[in-house]
Amino acid sequence: MKQFLAFVHKEFYHIFRDRRTVMILLGMPIVQIILFGFAITTEVSNARLAVLDESKDVTTQRIISQLDASNYFDLTRNLKSYDEVEPLLKKGDIDLVLLIGPHFEHELKHSGKVDLQLMVDGCDVNNATLLTNYAQQIINSTLRSDNLSAGTITPQIKLLYNPAMKSAYNFVPGVMGIILMLICAMMTSISIVREKETGTMEVLLVSPIHPIAIILAKAIPYLVLSAMNVISIVLLSVFVLQVPVAGSLWLLGSLSVLFIIVALALGLFVSTCVNTQIAAMLISGMMMMIPTVLLSGVIYPIESMPVALQYFSNIIPAKWFIMAMRKVMIEGVGLSCILKEVGVLCFMGVVLITASLKKFSIRL
Amino acid sequence: MIKYLIEKEFKQTLRNSFLPRIMILFPLMLMLVFPWAANLEIKDVSLSIIDQAKSPLSERLTQQISSSAYFIAHSSNSYEEAMKEVEKGTTDAILILPSTFERDLQREDKGASVQIVANAVNGTKGAMSSMYLSQIVSDFNRNNGTALSPISVVKRFNATMDYKIFMIPALMVMVLTMLCGFLPALNIVSEKEKGTIEQINVSPISKFTFILAKLIPYWLLGFGLLTFCFGLVYAVYGLAPIGSFLTIYACATLYVLTISGVGLIVSNYSSTMQQSMFVMYFFVFLFMLMSGLFTPIKSMPFWAQCITYLNPLRFMMEIMRAVYLKGSVLSDLLPQIGMLSLFAIVLNSWAVFSYRKTL
Repeated sequence: MKQFLAFVHKEFYHIFRDRRTVMILLGMPIVQIILFGFAITTEVSNARLAVLDESKDVTTQRIISQLDASNYFDLTRNLKSYDEVEPLLKKGDIDLVLLIGPHFEHELKHSGKVDLQLMVDGCDVNNATLLTNYAQQIINSTLRSDNLSAGTITPQIKLLYNPAMKSAYNFVPGVMGIILMLICAMMTSISIVREKETGTMEVLLVSPIHPIAIILAKAIPYLVLSAMNVISIVLLSVFVLQVPVAGSLWLLGSLSVLFIIVALALGLFVSTCVNTQIAAMLISGMMMMIPTVLLSGVIYPIESMPVALQYFSNIIPAKWFIMAMRKVMIEGVGLSCILKEVGVLCFMGVVLITASLKKFSIRL
Repeated sequence: MIKYLIEKEFKQTLRNSFLPRIMILFPLMLMLVFPWAANLEIKDVSLSIIDQAKSPLSERLTQQISSSAYFIAHSSNSYEEAMKEVEKGTTDAILILPSTFERDLQREDKGASVQIVANAVNGTKGAMSSMYLSQIVSDFNRNNGTALSPISVVKRFNATMDYKIFMIPALMVMVLTMLCGFLPALNIVSEKEKGTIEQINVSPISKFTFILAKLIPYWLLGFGLLTFCFGLVYAVYGLAPIGSFLTIYACATLYVLTISGVGLIVSNYSSTMQQSMFVMYFFVFLFMLMSGLFTPIKSMPFWAQCITYLNPLRFMMEIMRAVYLKGSVLSDLLPQIGMLSLFAIVLNSWAVFSYRKTL
């Protein structure tokens, strides 16, 4: 046991000797939480609106002022002719153009026709769809309040768990998954492979301590660091982003530990497969981080991916962790609702550990 | 002299069994897998419908919703049952048609109301799915002849509204970033770590020659892979730039200079690969998030928008997207080109200045 502790001690020295890495290790979650919480959002606000109003009647004025008054749009330009539209869109000075035909009110009263056109810079498809949808909603509700007709169905919308639609609710569990993956899987694999590459592994293997203990000693410091990161992320999200922890803290903690173990096992597995640091970091960086960011549902919803990718996303541990975390942290459900996720994570952990123990050779 | 050094670099890179493979695999993954995953459009939302009215009209509305591509609908008996499903994660949204639905609708003075309850843990998804639902409901109004005609919408520059086409040009920038920023930095630091850089340092090779010999192979590979991406994207998605290739190559040269400057700076300040790699990942991750690759810069708060001005990725992605989708020419892109040139000069002077031939 004393030997083992000495090894853990040595690993801590290795990590803390390198100030820059430690600073990044501890600072990264903070920076990411702040960025994701405040800067990374798909919501639309203050989109630049240009209007070409050929009617200039009361109704069109109302529509324009309603659009301008909303949070989504800022009226930045009144156009005089259609020729101005094209260059503005092309230069990217304007996001949305509202074109109103010459006899708007007349047409509306007599034929019920809405002589309006919305023109949008469609390069960014998501943004364009959101913009036009918001604009349509605002215009429709303005017109509807004018001629309220019987027999229409009005939807009343209620948004559960996150009524203010803060994207932080979605991102916090995601950032946790990404960071833990980065620290545990990547750092462990690299620190083991480094011993192989520099030849010091040989020295460790001939020492009287059991090879498994060497590996465990490597994993423990990263376990401690990741636990610190989980704590700092939860504190930040509660006190800075005002995302409450709805579920039990114990469940949250044990779930994180489970995921950390899976990620460490993954790092261990990578380290048994490769021999150079550059290979370890490219595999864990390019081949694990990018799929984790992409396919775990942090930024892009998994449901809208092609079926093949949806199946593929099932082998990504972070996906299951993030799903479970979201339920525990935001929705506040109990263990009974996340049994499936927990089961999958346990299974992955067992498979990875068995596979790496099988592959781990005590000779180089 | 430099010719031999470059030859050495090429040999070292290609002899490695792993590097060339990942150099091909990475762009393939970015171009063929990434665009399919990067889609914010919400499809196949699992919807449970609680039809308390059970009338012909509510039946018709239910059918119209089920037949849309956005929803996979199933019926539930009660709100409690549906909420259980929401907690388990098998349902994303609930639509409640009240028992008074048909009666309300037929009364003169008032319309009927339906309730939409959406899980908004993912705010965008919740908002989008409830928006789609209310759109279907208002379409339904229209078919009943009670509502106004629809507003026509014209989408410019990406008429098919394919998000992939928006992502691909920006992803090419990531290929360049990895090849010309990441790999040279790792390469130089690995020489440091192994100690072989000492041998170069005592040789008469000047620091310029050494750095250039390190960078040129990656520049060549970077441009080769960029061209490979152009071909791949055309073959798979039929996507070719509306603007000219010349514009792209000119701007890419500037960008490659900038990003290899970043790599050099990182390599100058790190002594182990682990360190350099970690610093690189940190910055690339930040650059990526703040570049408008995933989420529009316009949606960011003002302070975050200011930060994006320090991000070379942002400008190159804007250039790529503009040339590919809008057919912009050099004169349209002057602000971006100006910023990139500024970055190239500042970063490379910093890199040269901080390089030491002594350890």
